[in-house]
Amino acid sequence: MAHGPAKGFTRWLYTTNHKDIGSMYLWFSFAMFLLGGVFALVIRAELFEPGLQIVEPGFFNQMTTMHGLVMVFGAVMPAFVGLANWMIPMMVGAPDMALPRMNNWSFWILPFAFAMMVSTLFMEGGGPNFGWTFYAPLSTTYAPPSVTFFIFAVHIMGASSIMGSINIIATILNMRAPGMTLMKMPLFVWTWLITAYLLIAVMPVLAGVVTMMLMDIHFGTSFFDAAGGGDPVLFQHVFWFFGHPEVYIMILPAFGIVSAIIPTFARKPLFGYSSMVYATASIAFLSFIVWAHHMFTVGMPIAGELFFMYATMLIAVPTGVKVFNWVTTMFRGSMTFETPMLFSIAFVILFTIGGFSGLMLAIAPADFQYHDTYFVVAHFHYVLVPGAIFSITAGVYYWLPKWCGNMYNETMGKLQFWLAFIGLNLTFFPMHFVGLAGMQRRVPDYNQFFADFNMLSSMGAFLFGAAQILLLYNVISTIMGGKKATDEVWENPEGLEWTVASPAPYHTFSTPPEVK
Amino acid sequence: MMKRFWQDNSTPMLCTKLGVTVVAMFSFAIFIMPPLYDLFCDITGLNGKTGDAYVLEESSSINDLGVDTSRKIKVQFIASNNENMPWEFRPTIKTIEVHPGEVAVINYFAHNPTQRDMVAQAVPSLVPFKAANYFHKTECFCFNQQPLAAGESAELGLSFIVDLEVPKQVNTITLSYTIFDITNQQQAKTVDEKPSSVVLATVN
Amino acid sequence: MLNTVNRLMARLFSSAFLLTASGYTLAEGGERSTINMPIGVTPISQDVYGLHMDIFWWCVGIGVVVFGVMFYSMIVHRKANGAKAANFHDSLALEVTWTILPFVILIIMAIPATKSLINLYDTSESEVDVVVTGYQWYWGYEYLDQDVSFFSRLSTPQEQIRNEAPKGENYLLEVDEPLVIPINKKIRFLVTSNDVIHAWWVPDFAVKRDAIPGYINESWAKVEKPGLYRGVCAELCGKDHGFMPIVVKAVPEAEYETWLADRREQAQKIKELAKKTFTLEELMAQGEQVYGQACLACHGANGEGGVGKAIAGSPIATGDIAAHLDIVVNGSSVNPAMAAFKDTLSEVDTAAVITYQRNAFGNNTGELVQPIDILKFKQGK
Repeated sequence: MAHGPAKGFTRWLYTTNHKDIGSMYLWFSFAMFLLGGVFALVIRAELFEPGLQIVEPGFFNQMTTMHGLVMVFGAVMPAFVGLANWMIPMMVGAPDMALPRMNNWSFWILPFAFAMMVSTLFMEGGGPNFGWTFYAPLSTTYAPPSVTFFIFAVHIMGASSIMGSINIIATILNMRAPGMTLMKMPLFVWTWLITAYLLIAVMPVLAGVVTMMLMDIHFGTSFFDAAGGGDPVLFQHVFWFFGHPEVYIMILPAFGIVSAIIPTFARKPLFGYSSMVYATASIAFLSFIVWAHHMFTVGMPIAGELFFMYATMLIAVPTGVKVFNWVTTMFRGSMTFETPMLFSIAFVILFTIGGFSGLMLAIAPADFQYHDTYFVVAHFHYVLVPGAIFSITAGVYYWLPKWCGNMYNETMGKLQFWLAFIGLNLTFFPMHFVGLAGMQRRVPDYNQFFADFNMLSSMGAFLFGAAQILLLYNVISTIMGGKKATDEVWENPEGLEWTVASPAPYHTFSTPPEVK
Repeated sequence: MMKRFWQDNSTPMLCTKLGVTVVAMFSFAIFIMPPLYDLFCDITGLNGKTGDAYVLEESSSINDLGVDTSRKIKVQFIASNNENMPWEFRPTIKTIEVHPGEVAVINYFAHNPTQRDMVAQAVPSLVPFKAANYFHKTECFCFNQQPLAAGESAELGLSFIVDLEVPKQVNTITLSYTIFDITNQQQAKTVDEKPSSVVLATVN
Repeated sequence: MLNTVNRLMARLFSSAFLLTASGYTLAEGGERSTINMPIGVTPISQDVYGLHMDIFWWCVGIGVVVFGVMFYSMIVHRKANGAKAANFHDSLALEVTWTILPFVILIIMAIPATKSLINLYDTSESEVDVVVTGYQWYWGYEYLDQDVSFFSRLSTPQEQIRNEAPKGENYLLEVDEPLVIPINKKIRFLVTSNDVIHAWWVPDFAVKRDAIPGYINESWAKVEKPGLYRGVCAELCGKDHGFMPIVVKAVPEAEYETWLADRREQAQKIKELAKKTFTLEELMAQGEQVYGQACLACHGANGEGGVGKAIAGSPIATGDIAAHLDIVVNGSSVNPAMAAFKDTLSEVDTAAVITYQRNAFGNNTGELVQPIDILKFKQGK
C-alpha cells in the first residue's frame, strides 16, 4: 500500500506528501532566519558604537526593513506552517493534508517571492527602505523604484499563506480520525485552526493595502495622497488592521507548541484545556479591535484613543489566563528539564516580560513617551524572539526524534539553549533602558549617552546568532545518525503522533486510528 | 465513519467558502475601508477634515437662531506648502474673531513665481478635531483645483460659519491649508475644467 | 573600548541594583537617567512618569507572584527530587479568580490613565502657538501672529559623524537654531509636515505628535523650568531620520520677548541687506560658505557632481541666469532631490551662491547676481 518517496530532486519538486512539504517549509524558514539574522547583525554592527562606521544611513534603513520583512514573512510564518504540515495530520489522525497539490504549490511559490524581494537590494535605488510597516507616503511617493517588486513579493507571500491556511482549515475540519472531536484536539491544532482563520481574514487586507500602494504609484489614484483627496493615515489604519492580527498569527501557534511540551515534561495533564481554547479564541477576536494602539500619536479623537486603550488592556486578561494555566500545569508536577522544556519555560518567562511591556505600551498617555523608541523594539522582540523563535526551536527539539528517528544531542541542545537565552537577554533587555532614556527606533547613529547599552546589545546579538549555528549543527547531525529514538520518544507524551513509529513512516494513518 | 473520513464532500464546499471570504476581505480593504474611513473622519472630525460645501437652508438652525453675540471664537489661519511647491501662499489675515452663526469671509493670497503654468490643490485641516463638525465652509477654494499661469497671482476666497452649537470648550479654531502641486497629475488628464469660480480677483 | 567595557560593567551593576532596589533610577544629582524615562519639566510629563512607574510596579508585583510560583515548582516539583506528579487539571474557582483579578487591576490602572489622557488632549487656552513643520530632514518653526519663523537643522559636523573628530557632548542632539519658548505659559504645538510623516518628540515635555503631510495635529506643554530640552524625530522619514534633532530652549518670559524682538530685527536687517549692492569678492566669499552648507553634499567640493549633477561647466550655471535662479529658488520640477531654496536661503545667500557657482570651478562667466535680483525674481518681476 504505502510506497516510499521518489528519488532525487523531483521528489521535492513534485511532492504532495505533508512530511516532505513540512520539511521543506522548515528548511526554507531556517534559511530565511539566517538571512534575516545576517541583516540584524549588520544593524547591530553599525550600532556597536556611535558614529557611522560600516554602512550608510540609506542602506541601514534597507537592512532594518529587510530584517523585519524576512523574519516575519520568511522565518516565523513558514516555520509555523512547516510544523503544521508535519504535525497536524499526525495529531488528528489524517493520512495527509486535505489539499496536497495546493500544499505543494503554496510552498514552492515562496522561494520565488523571497528571491524577488531580496533581489531588490541589488537594484538601482536599493531595496525597500521604509520600514517593515512601509508607511505611506515614504513607501509610495518617496519610495525607491524597486518598491513594485516588493509589492509583488508581498502578494505572492500572501497567496502562499492564504493557500496554506485554507489547507489547514480543511484538514482540521474534515480529516480528523473518528472520535477526534474538536474539544479533544491537541492545543497546537486548536491554535492553528484559529490562526488559519485569522490569516484568511487579514492576509487579503495586506494584499489590499499593497494593491492600493501599487495603484497610487503607477495608476494615478490617491488613496494615501492628501493632494488627491486621500489620507496617509488611512494607510496606517488599513495596515494595522492587518498588522495586529498578524502579530497574533505569529504567537498563537507558539502557545500550542508550549501547551504540548510543558505537560509532557511536567508529567501532568495540561491545566484548564478548555479555558486555553476559549482564551485563544478571545485573543483572536480582540486582535481585530485594537489595531490603532500602534498609532496613538497619529492624532485621534480622544474617544478613539480611549477605546483602543481599553480594548488593548483587555487582551491582558486571556493572555494572563494562559500564563497562569502553564504555571499551574508545572505546579506539583514531576519535572525534568530537557532542551524542549528549557525553551518552553524560557518562553513563558520572557513572553510574560514582553506581555508586561505590552501592558505598559497600552496605557495611551505613557505610550506618547514609549512610541517609536527602542522600548517598543525591546517589547516586540521580547514577544517574538522567545515567543515565536523559542517555541519553534522547542518544537523542533521536541518532535525531531519523531521526524528522523534519532535522538538529538542533549548536551549540545542545552548549550544552545543557554547561549541563546543569554544572548537574547543581553541583546534585548538593554533596549528597554535606551528606549526609556530617549533613543528612537530605526536610526543608524546615536548620542554617546546610549553607547554602553548599545554595545552590550550588539555583543548579545552576535552571541544569539552563534547559538543558531549550534542548532543547525545539532539538527544535521541528528538527521545523519545518533541514538535511536523510541516510538514514544518521551515519557508518556500525549497525542496520536507518538503512537506511530520513529521515524514516522512516509505515510501515516492510511487507515484512521480509533480515538477514545 | 469511514465515509466521513475518506469521501468527505464538504472539503470543496469549505474551500469555496474560504475563497469567497478571501475575496470579500480583499474587496473590503480596497473598496469599503477607504470610504468607511472617510465617513468615520466626517463623524469624528479625525484629522480635522472639514467636509464639503455647506449649504445654508431656510430652515437651518443658523438662520433661525441668528448670531450668538455672547461668544467669540478666535479663528487662526495657517498656510503650508508641500514639498517642491514653489508658490507663495499665505492667508491675507492671520487671525480673526467671529461670533458663532456669523458668516465670515477671508482670502488667501497665492502667487505662482515660476515660469510655467501650474495647477494646485489646497487641502484643509483643522484643530481641535472636535470643532471640525461645527466649522462650515460655504465657499472655499479648496473645493476646486487652482490653476495659475506663470507669474500670475490670485486671491482665493473662503467663507465660513462657526456653528452655534460649537462646544463650550472650543475658543480657538486653527485652520490649516496645505497646497500641493498637482500639475503633473493634471497633465495626465486633459485640463478642461473651468478655472475655479472662487478666484475672486486676479492680481497681476 | 576597554574603558567602555569598564563603564559598562559599573553601570550594569549599579543599574540592575537600582532597578530592583528602588525603581527610581535617576542617576547622580538629578541628571538624565540612562535607564528610565525622564520625569520631565511639564505637568503632563510628570503625570506620565507617574503612570509609567505605577504600571511598572504593578507588573513587577504580578511578575514576582507568577514567577515565584513557577520557580518554586521548578525547584521543588522536579523529578530529580523525587516529586510525584499530581493529576489535577481543572478548577473553575481558580480560572474565574484569575480572570476577574487581572480585570480589576486593569480598571485600577485605566482610571488615572484616562484622566491623564483627557488632560493631555486639552489644548484650549494656549498662550503661544507654534507651527512645527517636518522636512526631510530638519524642522521648521513658525510663531503664529508673531511674524517669526525659521528652520532648525542638525549642527553636528560631518567629521564627528564620520569619526574623523571627537564627538561633542550633544552629538546628534544639537541644532543651529533652537526653538525658544517662554516658561510657565501654555504653548500649543501645531504639527504638520512638508513631505513624509515625521514625529516631533521632546521627552522632557512628554510631547510626541506625528507630522502628517496635508494635516495638522496639536499638542501642548507648559514648561516649569528654564533650560535646554532635546528631542528627536521619532517616525522613520527616510535616509537622515536619525539626523534631525529638536532643541527647545525654555526661557523666562522677558527673555523670550527680547528674543522675539531680536528675531524680527534680524529679519528686517536681512531684508535691508537685500537692497545693498555687493562686489564680486564679497559675493564669492559669502557664496563659498553657503555652497559648503547647502550644495556641497550633493554637487561635490569642486562642483564635480555626485548625487546631484556637476556644476562645473553645467549649462545652467554657465547659461541663462533666469534658469539658474529658477532652479535654485524653486527647485527642480523633474528631480525632487534638487530642493527649492526659496525659504531656506536668504536673498543675500542665494545671490552669493549663484554668483559663486557662475564664477568658480572654471565657470568663469564673470556675471554678478545681486540680492535685489533675487528679491525681484521671487516677487515675479
